[in-house]
Amino acid sequence: MTKAPIRNAPGFTVPEPSARPGGTPDFSALNLKAQESVSRPDPACPPQDTHFIANSLIQVLNEEGQAKGPWDPKLSAKTLREGLHLMLKTRAYDDRMLKLQRQGKISFYVKCRGEEAIAIAAGMALHPDDMLFPAYRQQGLLFARGRDMIDMMCHCLSNARDNLKGRQLPVHYTWEEGRFFSISGNLGTQYPQAVGWAMASAARGEDTVTASWVGDGTTAEGDFHSACTLASVYQAPVILNVVNNQWAISSFSGIAGGQSATFAARGIGYGLATLRVDGNDFLAVYAATQWAAERARSGNGPTMIESVTYRADAHSTSDDPSRYRPKNEADAWPLGDPVERLKDHLIALGEWDEKRQTALIEALNKEVLASYKKAESFGTLRDGPLSPVPSIFEDVFAEQPWHLRRQRQDLGV
Amino acid sequence: MSTTARMTMIQAINSAHDVLMERDDRVCSFGEDAGYFGGVFGCTQGLQEKYGKTRVFDTPINEAAIIAMAIGMAANGMRPIAEIQFADYIFPGFDQVVSELTRLRYRTAGQYTAPLVLRTPCGGGIYGGQTHSMSPEAFFTHIPGLTILMPSNPYDAKGLLIAASESDDPVLIFEPKRLYNGPFDGDPHKPALGWSSHDQGLVPTGHYTVPIGKADIVRAGAALTVVAYGTMVHVALESARLAGIDAEIIDLRTLIPYDMETIAKSVNKTGRCVVLHEAPRTSGFGAELIAQIQEECFYALEAPVKRVTGWDTPYPHAHEWQYFPGQERVTRAMTETLEA
Repeated sequence: MTKAPIRNAPGFTVPEPSARPGGTPDFSALNLKAQESVSRPDPACPPQDTHFIANSLIQVLNEEGQAKGPWDPKLSAKTLREGLHLMLKTRAYDDRMLKLQRQGKISFYVKCRGEEAIAIAAGMALHPDDMLFPAYRQQGLLFARGRDMIDMMCHCLSNARDNLKGRQLPVHYTWEEGRFFSISGNLGTQYPQAVGWAMASAARGEDTVTASWVGDGTTAEGDFHSACTLASVYQAPVILNVVNNQWAISSFSGIAGGQSATFAARGIGYGLATLRVDGNDFLAVYAATQWAAERARSGNGPTMIESVTYRADAHSTSDDPSRYRPKNEADAWPLGDPVERLKDHLIALGEWDEKRQTALIEALNKEVLASYKKAESFGTLRDGPLSPVPSIFEDVFAEQPWHLRRQRQDLGV
Repeated sequence: MSTTARMTMIQAINSAHDVLMERDDRVCSFGEDAGYFGGVFGCTQGLQEKYGKTRVFDTPINEAAIIAMAIGMAANGMRPIAEIQFADYIFPGFDQVVSELTRLRYRTAGQYTAPLVLRTPCGGGIYGGQTHSMSPEAFFTHIPGLTILMPSNPYDAKGLLIAASESDDPVLIFEPKRLYNGPFDGDPHKPALGWSSHDQGLVPTGHYTVPIGKADIVRAGAALTVVAYGTMVHVALESARLAGIDAEIIDLRTLIPYDMETIAKSVNKTGRCVVLHEAPRTSGFGAELIAQIQEECFYALEAPVKRVTGWDTPYPHAHEWQYFPGQERVTRAMTETLEA
């Protein structure tokens, strides 16, 4: 008896990025064609009317720096300049904090270079009383909400003025006053929590929106799918953002399943409204966030937004990307740099020039440095002063129980 | 004066929800099958009809989602009471408990808190097999920041649930499902008893609390101390009665923060102690209790502290009563401790 020939041998695939160190960057598989003609459905539309966008790309700024198409949010020059200012401020802050980590002043840092538009545009498009459940690369939200830079630095220095009492790794901010939730180091845990928060707001009849962010890598976590299920079932006023920056430490987006479908398309199966947007286009991110916020605020349910971008720097200060991706990959990124693109747009409008740009960057660098001097005067992790040692045992419970009291005494404090 | 009624543990838990929801708009309740149907054990029956679908509702079958949603709601001013259908099912939500719920106050230095209650039926004795019989409390007692309760009767079940919901900390309540409809003394061959003739089946219909962190001495005695919680409280009582041992039996009620003052006072008096739990032995909660007892009571002890527990195996289905630490094992441990 002869066996039938095996046509497709069983096996499995481990996805590989288009290029490794020494190779030539190639983003042709990502479907990043300029799509300024993507129509803009009514924000109250059925979710299905948005699903085509999950496989397209909303873009407003074209290569000539002009704002085009139905998604143009038609922002004033003042608002655009504010956006540019905030993105540059974020960048100046990041650059200084990286230097400080290299000097041993802070223990750890995470930059968001190349992704500034995502947090800044969303932060500006949302209302001040909307609630934010960010991941660790949305520090721009804090700037958009006007947080004091010295306070942010004091947190990163883990000093006596750190509003988290030195309990969190740097960049894991919390800012209750700015409606900015606690950043967890465990990925994606905030996503379903955000839906719960949104449900509580809705139960009280408030018209606030809750927004959360995860990266492309985190879409593989169960909590991502928990959030999608909850948002879908309860139609909560929530915006679920996926920041697809192509890399999760050393794993490219294909390891999260990004080659099989877009991340926005994850939302289709859950019946969410789905938008896929050029994340390096300030105007496109602003417009998409505004659309989703209007939809949620008017009781029309949740939206998933994939912002396509590129992590132009290392994952964190503990990472060396030259070991797993081409060195020049960021320069080859087809969607450019968000700061440059907004600057070019303002210049094209006649509302900005290179001289003002240089002066602004200089002023921001000075502001950041002066803020650091001030922050450092409140202490550093290395030299103190830190929060009082007994604070180790505080805030575990509302009231300190006997066993923690004894352990505090054991430590002699 | 507040009126009382005869209640099962299920009715007492239901009554606690009712009292809480009546008094406080922030209290809401949800879980798998916990809305329209009122829960697989009926603990939330009738509440959706009374309080509406946005306060009492069904959830998807996703314990991580249930706990995360409860965290978000609690942080945003609600007082959720979430049901995890069986304690055995809680593990998909473990990360939300370990890394999120119990650390929120700490890592935000008090800016955000999540005062919520998780309720979950635990323990064996109902032929539930390995996935409907677990007593997983030890996994949770190891987590800083979590209050953990286990009532052994309707009165405590209601009073503790109300206290839990009014607490500013997250609270996990394990409810021994074998006790839901009646006390169980460990003898599976006796006809099942209801709560109707039991002292603690008489429950105030209104608001009251049982204090968190306080154990209950359910039998005063001089010969030895038995520390137990949940179903094992009833097994201890009956074992002592049958063997004629003058045991002091402590119903712990709160596992974290446990009432060491009451335990130490008793052990220092009796000089002998047996610790009971249904959960497996190795690294069980009994290990913590015994370590603390020897630290505080070593010079008063006249015998090694013994523990009677479930075996270090999964909970078997067919051999449930060889697994369950019943009267024979408890009596033997008490006798050996007295004779040592």
